[in-house]
Amino acid sequence: MIEIKDVFFTYPNGVEALRGVSLSIPDGEFIAIMGQNGAGKTTLVKHFNGLLKPTRGEILVDGVNTQKVSVATLARNVGFVFQNPDHQLFCETVEDEVAFALRNFDFEEKVIKRRVAWALNLLDLEEYRKTSPFMLSGGERKRVALASVLAWDPQVVILDEPTIGQDHKQKERLRQFIVQLTAQQKTVIIVTHDVEFVAECAPHVILMANGKIVAEGSARQMLTNLDLVTQASIAPPQITQIFLGLTDLGLPTDLIDIHAAKEALLDFLEANP
Amino acid sequence: MSVFDGLRFRKVSSPIHRLDPRAKFFYVIVMFVVAVVFSELLPLIVLFLIQMPFVFVAGVQREWIRSLRGALFLAVMIFTFNFIFGYLSPGGITGIQPPVDSLSEYLMLLERSLAMALRFIVLVESFSVFFLTTSPDHLGLALEQSHVPYEFCFAFTTAVRFVPVLAEEAQTIMDAQKARGLELERGNFIKKIRNYIPILIPLIVSAIRRSLELAEAMESRAWGATEKRTNLYVLRLKKHDYALALISVLVLALAIYVRFFVQIPSISVTLRI
Repeated sequence: MIEIKDVFFTYPNGVEALRGVSLSIPDGEFIAIMGQNGAGKTTLVKHFNGLLKPTRGEILVDGVNTQKVSVATLARNVGFVFQNPDHQLFCETVEDEVAFALRNFDFEEKVIKRRVAWALNLLDLEEYRKTSPFMLSGGERKRVALASVLAWDPQVVILDEPTIGQDHKQKERLRQFIVQLTAQQKTVIIVTHDVEFVAECAPHVILMANGKIVAEGSARQMLTNLDLVTQASIAPPQITQIFLGLTDLGLPTDLIDIHAAKEALLDFLEANP
Repeated sequence: MSVFDGLRFRKVSSPIHRLDPRAKFFYVIVMFVVAVVFSELLPLIVLFLIQMPFVFVAGVQREWIRSLRGALFLAVMIFTFNFIFGYLSPGGITGIQPPVDSLSEYLMLLERSLAMALRFIVLVESFSVFFLTTSPDHLGLALEQSHVPYEFCFAFTTAVRFVPVLAEEAQTIMDAQKARGLELERGNFIKKIRNYIPILIPLIVSAIRRSLELAEAMESRAWGATEKRTNLYVLRLKKHDYALALISVLVLALAIYVRFFVQIPSISVTLRI
């Protein structure tokens, strides 16, 4: 459970990135934070593991005030996968890379071995166990970064722009993977601009603009509301755009899902032969 | 990162900012030479003080103080080492007859060690004023007009321009590794140094990657296609520039005169009388 109470944050250079954000994220929730560049999305999630501390207001992670504990303590429960894997990979082998955090958290060597094998298997990286992370492709490096966080099995997983530079197949795997995590009652928080990905995953969506939360609700409610979508500087999913253009025909405008769209079209064609 | 902040140029206008970089560079070199010529405390204090007007006229006090604060740690080291080694092997530059046992000898040693630390501060001070008030573009232009090959000028200005970018990247990498449980302050002295490996490797790798990308991007935009480059702006020495150069020459001449013909009083000796 993450509780954010009226949080303000100003960077040392004077930029006010958060202006009164209040939010509560229950365990097992899948959340997508969306909004234009500079809306404060990444700044907000960096508060969840204590990398940033609020200038005003407070954040409680499982009842613990982030102001009072170190990043390392919070990180044990809150895993954060950064956007660019090149910002964290440094070991000689993929195996060491995945074990890095486990060693920091003082896991026993026996447990580390088991966890590393588990994480590599999960992300289909076993064949690269002894390879240098620098020899891998961009998508693979991203998976190594993800594995290195999932290895310690945090309760909350934060993914910053996880779909950037991933092909369709990898995105689909990521989606299944998130479903799997939420099934285990893990909280998954993604920061993303990828409307199509959000439309497919249908998480709880939080729209941000200018350091504030503009609205929150189901992906369907949020992505089909033109006013909100414009405020957050994103475009509705393509499916929704098609249906928004066909309102004259009496078609529904609140669709983000391909299957639902197909159904609606078939119904329409049946009724108007 | 505070040292870098103290050298980062910000676009403002002041008489000092408008001076020709070549004149300012000459002034810095003179300051450098004079600081190295003297090893007594008194002239170094004078040298420290005569630069103050520049700082205030340019209006860069805050950044300047930050750069001095960044240099303070090294200055303290210089002081400590000079004091310790001066004590262990007196004579040499201090001219104290070993062993160091009387109060006056201690004071002389103290004065000499302070002078060495202040010499370093004066060097940082003049460089800081130079970089705080000279835009990288003007600097490149000045180099080019001094007949330095364009490739070198470009490499130099690019390096200067990328310092803040690298500093920002270092911060991101630190965050990413802290999120994986890295505690920079953990462990003994050796461990603390080792803690920086996970920061340095990604930083170096991404700097190399970035430079290769930059080279490709520039070549695809026809960098170096024309043999003879012309510039939109051409630097011309004005009255003020000649005035600064003249002052620098006078300072240098005075310093040389004082060095050879004036007995510089020691502060501790003077105060004792």
